[in-house]
Amino acid sequence: MAADARTVLVTGVSRDLGRRFARRIAAQPGVRRVIGVDVVPPRGDIGDVSFVRADIRNPVIAKVIAREDVDTVVHMSVIATPGSTGGRGPMKELNVIGTMQLLAACQKAPSVRRLVVKSTTTVYGASSRDPAMFTEDMEPRRPPRSGYAKDVAEIEGYVRGMARRRPDVRVTMLRCANVIGPHVQSPITSYFRLPVVPVVLGHDARLQFLHESDLMAVLHHAVDAEVPGTFNVAGDGLLTLSQAVRRLRRPMVPMPGFAVGGVGSVLRSARAADFSPEQLAFLTYGRGVDTTRMRDELGFSPSYSTAEALADFGAGLSPTGGRGARVVDELAGRLPAPAPTPALHGSDLDG
Amino acid sequence: MGSVEPPAEPPVEDLPEELVEPVLVAVPPAASSDPGAEPVEPATVPTTAGRRAAARTQERNPLAQASPAQWLGALQTAAREVFGEQWEPQLARLLAFWRRRLTGDYPVDEYGFDAEVTERFLLAALRPLARSWFRIEVRGAENIPEVGGALVVSNHSGTIPVDGLMTMVSVHDHTGRFLRPLGADLVFRLPVVSALARKSGATLACQEDAERMLRGGELVGVWPEGFKGVGKPYAERYKLQRFGRGGFVSAALRTGVPIVPLAVVGAEEIYPMIGNVPALARLLGLPYVPITPLFPWLGPLGLVPLPSKWLLEFGEPIRTDDYEPGAADDPMLVFDVTDQVRETIQQTLYRLLMDRDSVFG
Repeated sequence: MAADARTVLVTGVSRDLGRRFARRIAAQPGVRRVIGVDVVPPRGDIGDVSFVRADIRNPVIAKVIAREDVDTVVHMSVIATPGSTGGRGPMKELNVIGTMQLLAACQKAPSVRRLVVKSTTTVYGASSRDPAMFTEDMEPRRPPRSGYAKDVAEIEGYVRGMARRRPDVRVTMLRCANVIGPHVQSPITSYFRLPVVPVVLGHDARLQFLHESDLMAVLHHAVDAEVPGTFNVAGDGLLTLSQAVRRLRRPMVPMPGFAVGGVGSVLRSARAADFSPEQLAFLTYGRGVDTTRMRDELGFSPSYSTAEALADFGAGLSPTGGRGARVVDELAGRLPAPAPTPALHGSDLDG
Repeated sequence: MGSVEPPAEPPVEDLPEELVEPVLVAVPPAASSDPGAEPVEPATVPTTAGRRAAARTQERNPLAQASPAQWLGALQTAAREVFGEQWEPQLARLLAFWRRRLTGDYPVDEYGFDAEVTERFLLAALRPLARSWFRIEVRGAENIPEVGGALVVSNHSGTIPVDGLMTMVSVHDHTGRFLRPLGADLVFRLPVVSALARKSGATLACQEDAERMLRGGELVGVWPEGFKGVGKPYAERYKLQRFGRGGFVSAALRTGVPIVPLAVVGAEEIYPMIGNVPALARLLGLPYVPITPLFPWLGPLGLVPLPSKWLLEFGEPIRTDDYEPGAADDPMLVFDVTDQVRETIQQTLYRLLMDRDSVFG
């Protein structure tokens, strides 16, 4: 099949990131048709994307792939929170059974040449025994026993199985760090949107973020580049949780881990935020992934660093704290002859 | 103790302490300048003639009478008092520092290491303990490479791993480099300790992190005896425990960095461990719960370490870059090098013990 007549199938288009990616890829020259699949119709404008209302949990998806002669499949419908699906049971079913059906359909369809799966760094878990930076070859120190992390671990297993059985399909798995940006609705962004942020007392997690536009770019890049393999994808650099909260100018409330879990379940019933156990572990111990392979093999470099991604996310938030910094600013402004701070900044770090 | 005050500190190290203390000190002078400002007011009150009642209502809140200019003047005097003549840039620098801390505008590396807070707070806070309390004497600091990756291997003792902290201070004071310690996973499980450990540059003692740090050109510190060393009874002091599986040696071999053996004398006596409560330790998930002559009998006072005299000697670096590739996977060779390092440290310990006049000498 000629490369200039691609037909791309994108799953999970009812959600914002899936829909935007489908639109973006549809606008690309070289792509004949983009089919967006989901159980519920997308809320926003999908442009040239043809939407097919299909549940990837049942074999209808195989018919869609065969009928439309799909050659590239982008799987984005792995969800992190029960949210609208109505509970952990349906969520697991959508994630795991859905992926199984989709992969089975891809395996049977001779037209499929390319599979891109958006996975997550959650698959590495988060614990006190973790190495500082996970490379793609490392396993989680404690295999996940439940929740999203376990779903993703199972999904990755099926994807690897599929790659073994269909060596002619180039399979790229992108383990993305927490996606953040002004439009992203995810457990981590709703956590940072809380007016007062509860943090685990005595721990300062290391975090990495990926900007939403970089997620789009890396998926696009993966569809084009045709480099098979598994890659960690994250913005450069790390921030600690306390640093991130301070940069967002939000007050922090340190409390013991179990209390944060309790607050989390209250917030969940209030639909303000969702603290799953793996989220809590992540906010306690944090996680870092090594992105050398993303740069050298996949040939992708994100345009936002972790700090810049957070800053862009924070730009849309109204600060609820940061009084201390304002007081300091006030004082500095009152100094009769303010010394050039930027110069001192540099010499400070050297000294 | 007071007689062994450090004669002259390098100016680089003076800076952090100066910058730390004014925060605590800057408030009292400002507050104490209020009484200083008050004498001005009585002088103005009598001039407004003899209507004492009216004057009194105004005097209710003497602070409100001070004009902003007076306040500013008082503050300036106070600032000059604290920071000296160069108070403006000093204060600006202090404010810039606080601003950075409060807005999170400081860099951390991939292990969570915060150089600024480590240098200005952690090391500055530990320095008096190292200098005046333990009177640490460092020998062979020239054996620490000035640049590039190196692995400092030390004996471990003292019930609470104070020796690691003291080694960090001593290394930084003598070479200007930060020692990046490798810690047990317990360190990263405990609240507060874990946050401090990451900020001060520690990471988990595992093959991946050790090699990553050494490849990155860091000066890495490792205590291969682990809890067997820190938690050994006082009767077994200065007897090196087993050096694990020699994981640190294979990490050094894989990355080709030199191993610097370090012998620490003095840490054994800070909390002489004469007993252990294994049942409580199991309950708390700790490796041991120590009983020392002072703890737990004296409560928190029992946590004050005994002021033993410390000697730190860095031995000659052991090169690992002239072995053929794949040497790290040869268990025989790894054990040989491990034994060589262990033997060097043990012999140095014996020699240093002979050199030391007495435990508290």
